[in-house]
Amino acid sequence: MITLPQIPHTAIVRHASKAWPLGLAGAGLIIIGSLLSWSYDPQVLGDLSISVNPGGLQIMAIALALLAVILLVTDKGPLTWLGQWADTARGLRALADWTLIFMTMVVVAITFEAGGLINVQPGFWISFLGAVLLFAASRLVLPKETRNLAEALLPGWAEILVIVVLMAALLFGTAYALNLTDAWEFVLFIVFATGLVITGTRAGLLSWLGHVSLRRKRELILASFAVAFCFPLTQGGSDANMSIASQVLVFAAAAMGLNIVVGLAGLLDLGYIAFLGAGAYVGATLSTSGFATIGWKPPFLVVVLVAACFTATLGLIIGTPTLRVSGDYLAIVTLGFGEIFRLTMFNLDGNNGPDLTHGPNGIPAIPDLTFGSFNFGDTHYLLGIPLARFSNYYFLLLLLLAFIILVFHRLNTSRIGRGWVAIREDEKAAEAMGVNVFGLKLLAFATGAFLAGMAGAIKAHQDVSVTPDQYIFLESAFLLAAIVLGGMGTIVGVLIGAVILKLLPEKLRFFSDYRLLLFGLLLVLMMRFRPEGLVASRRRQLEFHEEDEELAVRVEGDIAEEVQA
Amino acid sequence: MTATTEIDKVPQSASVPLLQADGVTMRFGGLTAVNKVSMTVNEGEILGLIGPNGAGKTTFFNCLTGLYKPTEGQVRLSGVELPPKPRAVVKAGMARTFQNIRLFANMTALENVMVGRYCRTSSGALTSILHGPKFKREEEETRTRAQELLDFVGLGDSTEHLARNMPYGNQRRLEIARALATDPKLVLLDEPTAGMNPLETRQASDLIFKIRDTGLAVVVIEHDMRFIFNLCDRVLCLVQGETLIVGTPNEVQSDPRVIEAYLGTGIDDDDDEQDTP
Repeated sequence: MITLPQIPHTAIVRHASKAWPLGLAGAGLIIIGSLLSWSYDPQVLGDLSISVNPGGLQIMAIALALLAVILLVTDKGPLTWLGQWADTARGLRALADWTLIFMTMVVVAITFEAGGLINVQPGFWISFLGAVLLFAASRLVLPKETRNLAEALLPGWAEILVIVVLMAALLFGTAYALNLTDAWEFVLFIVFATGLVITGTRAGLLSWLGHVSLRRKRELILASFAVAFCFPLTQGGSDANMSIASQVLVFAAAAMGLNIVVGLAGLLDLGYIAFLGAGAYVGATLSTSGFATIGWKPPFLVVVLVAACFTATLGLIIGTPTLRVSGDYLAIVTLGFGEIFRLTMFNLDGNNGPDLTHGPNGIPAIPDLTFGSFNFGDTHYLLGIPLARFSNYYFLLLLLLAFIILVFHRLNTSRIGRGWVAIREDEKAAEAMGVNVFGLKLLAFATGAFLAGMAGAIKAHQDVSVTPDQYIFLESAFLLAAIVLGGMGTIVGVLIGAVILKLLPEKLRFFSDYRLLLFGLLLVLMMRFRPEGLVASRRRQLEFHEEDEELAVRVEGDIAEEVQA
Repeated sequence: MTATTEIDKVPQSASVPLLQADGVTMRFGGLTAVNKVSMTVNEGEILGLIGPNGAGKTTFFNCLTGLYKPTEGQVRLSGVELPPKPRAVVKAGMARTFQNIRLFANMTALENVMVGRYCRTSSGALTSILHGPKFKREEEETRTRAQELLDFVGLGDSTEHLARNMPYGNQRRLEIARALATDPKLVLLDEPTAGMNPLETRQASDLIFKIRDTGLAVVVIEHDMRFIFNLCDRVLCLVQGETLIVGTPNEVQSDPRVIEAYLGTGIDDDDDEQDTP
């Protein structure tokens, strides 16, 4: 992480024996300091001022220290079996880096929030010294050889237990993060979580999880959905976070739909938001809103289907002439289409054409959905926990997202998916092998539009109103950014990307002015250092690294393992 | 019906030639790359296509397989005229390999061959999403057939290898397996032994005989004369886009014009020497 002048190897070997006591001392100091007061001001950062009553940030520091202790004792203590598998040296190094970053940011936070460095209590400086010692110790640890993680087999129940524990941690962490009202605390929690993830990656936990997930795919998927399903139950009836969460889900659903077009078929679509908008407008005009311009009021399931079919038809109409051009040209044509959609919605106000959309005013007062006697606007109770309006939409959107993921995955693993890969690899050769290139591109376009239409119809009800300025080019760009950031053609990656791009701005209002600047910077850095995205699809990774022989060999090993599983 | 039986089956009607190209001409602006070339290929025949560099062999292949739309002339397969569309040509039963290997580099060997089955399967989006019975049956068939073909070309052990990681000779074999996966009646091989050592070349000719023995016709472009004269039933020599001679290997081999086309005439050589004192 941090590049420092290299310590000569001989010096490391000479002092390696000191790493263990030094590291333990550092971790100990962090824990002791965290139990003392960090700040004079009880008002800031969730009250760090009372001794032996650690606040949130202090608990995080203790957690980092305990993790460091675990990594240290695997070299000498009773946990040596763990040390055989885990690369504790690299893990410790990453952990020490991030602990130091964390502690540094805490001091900056206290300084800013409480008004001056003077507010920092000695307890914090003890912990900070501990972090520095830990950092020094981590540089003295010798690199080590570990055994192949593919052979690390636990009994079945233990593997499932690990999955359950991690998922529970994920659920708890997300709920905790969303409830943090202080922006600094939120940022520090993100730093803490990032530190944990990177430590896990370096120590090999993530690659072990990769092997486990191959063996236990079904359990993992079930657990993920269980966690997502349980999330509203952790909110105790508060709807503030659920509003954000359901917006994230709409965004994720749209991103996943676009992922079929961009990630699987390899078509750059810059106007995808228009399909979401078209779906929303169909949902609005067929709703029972007093401002709806069409008299037909079918039940909602019919509306969703009509919206989806309408947008899919739109996709076919746009796609038939334009999919014959490729690459940059397609991007420009779809960009134009997105603008045409927005301007059309803007102008169908009765002055320039039929009054369908009320122009810039849009269609407001869209009532909540009702399925039979179940009204989405009412508060319902599950296990005694109240679930308000946005929770209801959250569950519906979760179902939709699951459906979209199913469509994505099954298409990807079918003959159609193989055709898409072949087109991306070599369009001419695919054509010469009998792959229907144009038809498959059109199918991707129409499927993406179909799914966006479904999401849009729900979004209209959730947002209460539909206006043209919700569906601007910037939204298309954000969807695309979520895919690029997360990892084109992957499910997990795009979900992560969608969460990052939608959740962070909601929680970090103070940087909303710099949002575009920061995301732009983030994307530039991603393109430079990890073009395949946070979670790389195997195929995309290969495509981005044509020259990397090592990677190709490693991927081949993964494939072989997958075939066996 | 497994596709093996289809390959094993030798078609009955021998009256119509399998492939008949009539007066195929391809002009790029003022340049005539292929000029009124006619060719027939009979069932179960191996035909060689030779000629010096730039003679128009690959262009002619591209005309046959629909990658180019010939300026004039027509191509018939089993008496039916082929439209100049690659997909239709494959569907009609003519598959090809490329001079510079064009595999799907980041797919495994098995997946490459499975793509070749695309045109013989028809599961749509809906059955793929619902995992309907047709989807399951076709996936199973595709996989089995692809594995059979990999075994057939001798790559049975490399199923899960990435195409880009495979040795050169195996990539050539894989390309042939992918072409065979389209259930063709005729395969066009564009320089299948380019860059191979003598052992690999011999294995390649064994493989081509093996393909012929399953009842398919094969057209081969090649520069290696020993290879082509051992392999082929008939040889067609193209020079500057025009047919020089069609005949048995012996006839072609002994024709002075062929030697002249490749080596130049003795008089030209003398001229050259005089030009460079």
